[in-house]
Amino acid sequence: MNAIETKWIAVGSITDIPREGARCVEAGALRIAIFRTVDDDVYAIEDRCPHKGGPLSQGIVHGGCVTCPLHNMVIALESGEAQGADEGRATVFRTRQRDGLIFVSGADIASAEARQPVSTAA
Amino acid sequence: MKQKLVIIGNGMAPGRMLEHLFEVAPDAYDVTIFNAEPRVNYDRIMLSPVLSGCKTFDDIVIHGDGWYVEHGVMLYKGHRIAAIDRAAKTVTSEHGETVPYDKLVIATGSNPFIIPVPGHDLPGVLSYRDLDDVEAMLLAAQSREKAVVIGGGLLGLEAAAGLKERGMDVTVLHLMPTLMERQLDPSAGHLLRHELESRGIDIVTEARSARILGDAKVTGVELKDGTVIDASLIVMAVGIRPNIALAQDAGLEVDRGIVCSPTMATSDPDIFAVGECVEVDGRVYGLVAPLYEMARVLAGHLSGNPSQRFIHAETPTRLKVTGIDLYSAGDFAEGDDREEIVLRDAAAGIYKRLILKDNRIIGVVLYGETADGSWFYDLMKKGTDISEMRDTLIFGSAYQGGAPLDPTAAVAALPLDAEICGCNGVCKGTIVEAITSKGLTSLDEVRAHTKASASCGTCTGLVEGLMAATLGDAFNPNAVKPICACTDLSHNDVRRLIRAKELKSIPALMQALEWKSSGGCAKCRPALNYYLVCDWPGEYADDYQSRFINERVHANIQKDGTYSVVPRMWGGQTTADELRAIADCVDKFGIPTVKVTGGQRIDMLGIRKEDLPAVWADLGRAGFVSGHAYAKGLRTVKTCVGTDWCRFGTQDSTGFGVRIEKFMWGSWTPAKVKMAVSGCPRNCSEATCKDVGVICVDSGYEIHFAGAAGLDIKGTEVLGHVKTEDEALEHIVALVQMYREQGHYLERIYKWARRIGYDEVRRQIMDDASARKAYFARFVFSQKFAQVDPWSERVSGKDKHEFKPMATIDTLQAAE
Ligand SMILES: Cc1cc2nc3c(=O)[nH]c(=O)nc-3n(C[C@H](O)[C@H](O)[C@H](O)COP(=O)(O)OP(=O)(O)OC[C@H]3O[C@@H](n4cnc5c(N)ncnc54)[C@H](O)[C@@H]3O)c2cc1C
Repeated sequence: MNAIETKWIAVGSITDIPREGARCVEAGALRIAIFRTVDDDVYAIEDRCPHKGGPLSQGIVHGGCVTCPLHNMVIALESGEAQGADEGRATVFRTRQRDGLIFVSGADIASAEARQPVSTAA
Repeated sequence: MKQKLVIIGNGMAPGRMLEHLFEVAPDAYDVTIFNAEPRVNYDRIMLSPVLSGCKTFDDIVIHGDGWYVEHGVMLYKGHRIAAIDRAAKTVTSEHGETVPYDKLVIATGSNPFIIPVPGHDLPGVLSYRDLDDVEAMLLAAQSREKAVVIGGGLLGLEAAAGLKERGMDVTVLHLMPTLMERQLDPSAGHLLRHELESRGIDIVTEARSARILGDAKVTGVELKDGTVIDASLIVMAVGIRPNIALAQDAGLEVDRGIVCSPTMATSDPDIFAVGECVEVDGRVYGLVAPLYEMARVLAGHLSGNPSQRFIHAETPTRLKVTGIDLYSAGDFAEGDDREEIVLRDAAAGIYKRLILKDNRIIGVVLYGETADGSWFYDLMKKGTDISEMRDTLIFGSAYQGGAPLDPTAAVAALPLDAEICGCNGVCKGTIVEAITSKGLTSLDEVRAHTKASASCGTCTGLVEGLMAATLGDAFNPNAVKPICACTDLSHNDVRRLIRAKELKSIPALMQALEWKSSGGCAKCRPALNYYLVCDWPGEYADDYQSRFINERVHANIQKDGTYSVVPRMWGGQTTADELRAIADCVDKFGIPTVKVTGGQRIDMLGIRKEDLPAVWADLGRAGFVSGHAYAKGLRTVKTCVGTDWCRFGTQDSTGFGVRIEKFMWGSWTPAKVKMAVSGCPRNCSEATCKDVGVICVDSGYEIHFAGAAGLDIKGTEVLGHVKTEDEALEHIVALVQMYREQGHYLERIYKWARRIGYDEVRRQIMDDASARKAYFARFVFSQKFAQVDPWSERVSGKDKHEFKPMATIDTLQAAE
């Protein structure tokens, strides 16, 4: 079991993620990409581009944005909003860092989970 | 028997003379050149951009080593001629080499003048004439201390601007009251001074140097009025003197220069002279345009065309300091019989002055806006009566005849014989003709074909205007587009600056080149990463986070987020064991689709990212390595069966394809590279639509390049024919390395080659053996760091984080 701090769920340490990179956390049918920027800020976004569902975690991270690897939509890490002329918004999760550990808001995960389509392969 | 032509000095003038000579009479002479400088012929004019860091020495070479080989010229580098024996008809170098001549050309240029004040010979006092001077200045500039430039003329100011750019604290000492007084009137000189001062260069006019201070090396300079200025470097740029000593010792007639007739003959009919060392009709010259004219005349005489005569012409002057537009030509002293027209726009920093005599322009000074320089110069040269347009003359060509026109129309209004490029004497008609008959669409192409704007580059704007006027909408001057919104610099600029400024990491580059975003974007980062990988093999640490996901995980992402994997099959050949291993792998991992590709490989699609390392481990055990189907790099070499099986095969095409692939795999390139080798002209491996293709023939190998069969369809161009497989490999590798060094990121070979000119590629790869061998060597060096199989690296644990989720959380826990 992961350590719990009321509703903040530890997902790993910041050093598990390369700078300007991302790694994924799986929560049931939900896949959350945890991003680390050059300045060691951490953001959590659902690993699905609002455009065609591309895995944002695989994109190039630059400044506070990630570019989706499938069709180059640029998503702001903090808000999940598509940048420039594109429209769309990816689900974001609040995060916290303490002592090098990353925590994601349990409440945000639970509400995103609730919005997931019911039928999954399992 | 061929006649022996010996040339003393290997500067710009004799270089141009030989180009003309080889064009009309390639076999007339055995040519030997002695050059005191230990190097080939280069564009001396462009030393200032080398000093400021905009260009490298390689960029300004006019004739590379290969050129001398190709034309059978014997070049003695670093051999100064000490004596001419006119009776014996020989020359002797300081190293004791004696060579006989039938015809001799003296092209010793000029010597920089050094003011003989006390201390002028201390270490740290330099002149500004050749590459050695520039290198010495660059070394001194590393200290970032103080420099003093003595001389506020063209050369001195270019040196000052360059040293400032390199981080030195610069003071210019000028004897006269205003800068560049020989080319500028006092008003323009004042504007120039103001501009340079605003850049942080100190300027002292009416400064008389009394002595240079220092014991073991320079510490400063003292003026006649007692002022002392500290400096660790002093550059003297106070003028040049024709270098006539050798001619004088040989008893030739000399005055200020070596006295020549308008046919370039000296007082000895077998000895000619060309360049800055020459005096014709009492005049000596210090700019290249008239020297190039001398070169043309002399080449005519040497090739048996005695009708040519050198005729004096005024040459306009421009200053090559970025951001300063300045143009002057003719005579602008005041006089009773002269009138002037002046236009000033203080806010815009513009000053224009025309000097008229008898309703004809005799002098032009333009500062701040110089686009009309050529037009005024043309009116001046032709002695056109300007009374009709006098009222609007100063506003330039666009204002003549009705409503103001745009700048393109101004160039369009120039007559066909108007000179556009002063350095190379190229007129408008020549450029227009080249654009239309050769279908040129870019500035680089026009430079390659006409030489216009290829020397000092100040007429670039005019040439672009001319292209716009000639091509209409088909010309896109913004063809030099910035890489992305993070910068105003183009791919070319960035590649050049990476080398010139020795930028070796992405953060260093972004800082030095003033990137507008903090961390770049998904467009520029992969490009920069490639340029650094290419330019600093072994030194630059590849930044994986700047690579597209496919190159980061060494597989191709598919639309559902799964990956496809293509193992390497050298030359498209495989075995039963390999096929069995693939089949087992497909079964074990439940791989949904298996497909044969156009490059003769097998593609396995629909693999989950987590499974990639295990798939690679299994494939690796069967001897497979990554096929780089995801890479901007060498993808595939497609082959036919050649002499092994085919009754038409002429060479071992499969074996050669495998050899190329084994030699070149792993190298990164600007865009993907696909090759093919066909064993005969029936071309079953479709080599003539590849980036690089080989057609084997009985007599050897025909190498092709720049084909395309994707968004665009294009047959290849022929690079050339070689006899052996080893030669073919060397040529192909050199070609790819040239492309690696010059291509823009994501630019395929066919686009790159079209941009720089197919002939240029042939010249460097086929004709210039030393350039080719140098490319080859650089490729081989970089392969030392590139040929590591990324799959086995990852199987043994590299980048583990890429393939595993960081955590799996219990969703119930989240809901608590
Ligand atoms: C920094 C700089 C900027 C310039 N900018 C411009 C410009 O913007 N526009 C313009 O039109 N002009 C410009 N010039 C001037 C132009 O470069 C010269 O006019 C031109 O290079 C002269 O050519 P040349 O062949 O006569 O002599 P050089 O190019 O000087 O060549 C003479 C060569 O002869 C060699 N030599 C001398 N004596 C001997 C000997 N005894 N034996 C063997 N070799 C010998 C020397 O080493 C030298 O390499 C500039 C010059 C400099 C230095």
